[in-house]
Amino acid sequence: MSGVSLRPAGTAFGALRLAFGALAVAFLLLPLVAILPLAFTDSVFLVYPISGPSMRWFGALAESQAWTRAIVNSLFIGTGATILSTVIGTLAALGLRRELVPFSGVLRSIFLLPMVVPAVVLGVGMQVLYARMGLASSYPGVIIAHAVLCVPFVLVNVAGALASIDPALERAAASLGAPPVKVFREVTLPLALPGILTGAVFAFATSLDEVVITLFVAGPNQTTLARQMFSSLRENISPAIAAAAFIIMILTFALLLAVKGGAVLGALRKRREAKAG
Amino acid sequence: MSARLKAVLLVLPLVAFLGLFFLWPLWMMVATSVQGGTVRLAFPETAAAIATWDGVSPPPAPLQAALLRDLRLDTPQERFGDAVRTLNSQQAGFRTLLPRTVRAVREAGEAEALDLAALDPRWSDQAYWLALKRSMPAYTDANLLAAVDLKRSDDGRIEPVPADFAVNRVIMLRTFVIAAQVTLLCGLIGLPFAMLAASVTGWKRNLLLVAVLLPLWTSLLVRTAAWLILLQDTGLINQTLRALGLIDGPLSLIYNRTGVLIAMTHVLLPLMVLPIYASLIAIPRNLMPAAAALGAAPLQAFRHVLLPLAMPGLLSGSLLVFMVALGYYITPALTGGAGDQMISSVIAFYATGTANWGMAGALGLFLLVPTTVLYIVYGRLSRTPLVQT
Repeated sequence: MSGVSLRPAGTAFGALRLAFGALAVAFLLLPLVAILPLAFTDSVFLVYPISGPSMRWFGALAESQAWTRAIVNSLFIGTGATILSTVIGTLAALGLRRELVPFSGVLRSIFLLPMVVPAVVLGVGMQVLYARMGLASSYPGVIIAHAVLCVPFVLVNVAGALASIDPALERAAASLGAPPVKVFREVTLPLALPGILTGAVFAFATSLDEVVITLFVAGPNQTTLARQMFSSLRENISPAIAAAAFIIMILTFALLLAVKGGAVLGALRKRREAKAG
Repeated sequence: MSARLKAVLLVLPLVAFLGLFFLWPLWMMVATSVQGGTVRLAFPETAAAIATWDGVSPPPAPLQAALLRDLRLDTPQERFGDAVRTLNSQQAGFRTLLPRTVRAVREAGEAEALDLAALDPRWSDQAYWLALKRSMPAYTDANLLAAVDLKRSDDGRIEPVPADFAVNRVIMLRTFVIAAQVTLLCGLIGLPFAMLAASVTGWKRNLLLVAVLLPLWTSLLVRTAAWLILLQDTGLINQTLRALGLIDGPLSLIYNRTGVLIAMTHVLLPLMVLPIYASLIAIPRNLMPAAAALGAAPLQAFRHVLLPLAMPGLLSGSLLVFMVALGYYITPALTGGAGDQMISSVIAFYATGTANWGMAGALGLFLLVPTTVLYIVYGRLSRTPLVQT
């Protein structure tokens, strides 16, 4: 247990701390909590108290061709961007692992750059490039653009997982006569898998949430859930937005739980096996 | 195969991918901003002929003939339109002059000898020819200058644009002010929050950390939508304040600077808390009791022990928040009014609204350079990874 203890100097200070903590937690969590019940309102206004529970706004989403198409597009583009970024990101993380590549540090910085370059700037450049390459308003174009933004998340997660692998394990496998491919397949990969999966989930969530680049490179046919939500938020805010937000939140948290839950379960199983053995 | 070669081969796909679809687009954006190509492409012969004209004497006959030949070319409509737009931005009047001249020239037919000044008296005005000459070079600084409200006068000097058109500097300044305000707010909430999280244990610490991580994992659009709903005139916050009798009429919390600051602070606060927390958690637990045992009052201990140790986290958190805030588009677009838009929205307007990529690129450069510099500084200062999992 580490950390810094701020010695409470009397009850006034303690009360102040409690009040600040409560307010800050409310500030952080209230918006997320407040929007969820509104998805189930039967009113046409987004106000509390909710007049009655109803699924009508989910129905409205399901009936609207624009929204259903956007949801399908988001899943399709997100899957494509996740596969693309996870494959090349994982390969690169493996390559960078032992700093054998010249300029490893510089490369790593460049690989993380898509995370901080303003999306609008990249959007303008991609629009110009895509117009020249004939990728504008195409699914491959949108998938590639999303994958660029997803790569840093894959890289960070996989690199983290690889760094925590004890090299002695791989050396042991090799010394027992396993060829490199087998060492990789049976030792390195399983140990890195949680990191790769986490990276993939972050990649998918990034693609799911991406709006700005999509605005620049996608055509009307490639409208995603986030982009559809952005344009509806600009036009008029109806409870359909809350329903869409509900879907996005459930989707993200289900993914995160899958990964985090998987990691926790894996750790538990390992512990049980260790005990049994 | 050597281990080194294998490593290079593994990294290569990503290098190629990001080179092609990340660095190249950024480079193209920069290149577009300095390209003076549109007029040159639409008027190739004029471009060659005008290079030898001194700009003082009346335009010579060969130059006029070259322009006539270019006007008879079957230039694609889009390219011709781009050229007209560029010229018109240099010299108002080209938008009507060029289409009119083209029509007259084509009606007259090849054989006829034409006098441009007879077709339209504006062709005897030197200013139009000078604008044509100015627009011809393959590279131009016009967009970069325009991005900071400057332009070249007829004789090539750099001068400020008329006050009515000088909007870019205001928006750039506003962008930096909003980013700084958000950074300050995040610091004011984030520092005590991280200290609190580092000082408690058990479920309390977990609750505080979940409160930071949950928003971080939630879609930016969902969070912005949530604030739109909460901050409306009939939203939960106004309703509550009213019910408590604290206010009579609704406070206007949205579609203004207040809305932008609240929503952006909420979105970026985790990026401030996590680095500070990371630097605090590394401090030995007995340091503060030690300071107290040596007789330091809590405030003194905070100032001389805790704050200096939290400083690296505070610094990298601030850099991160400021850097990310500079490029924000979605949140100001949704929660702000016309007076709260940041530079990204102007870039988006030029790129998607008016297809003026040169201007979009030039403004983009003024956003890209500070961000990259801050990123390099951040990389030097900070050991905290950019993403937290």
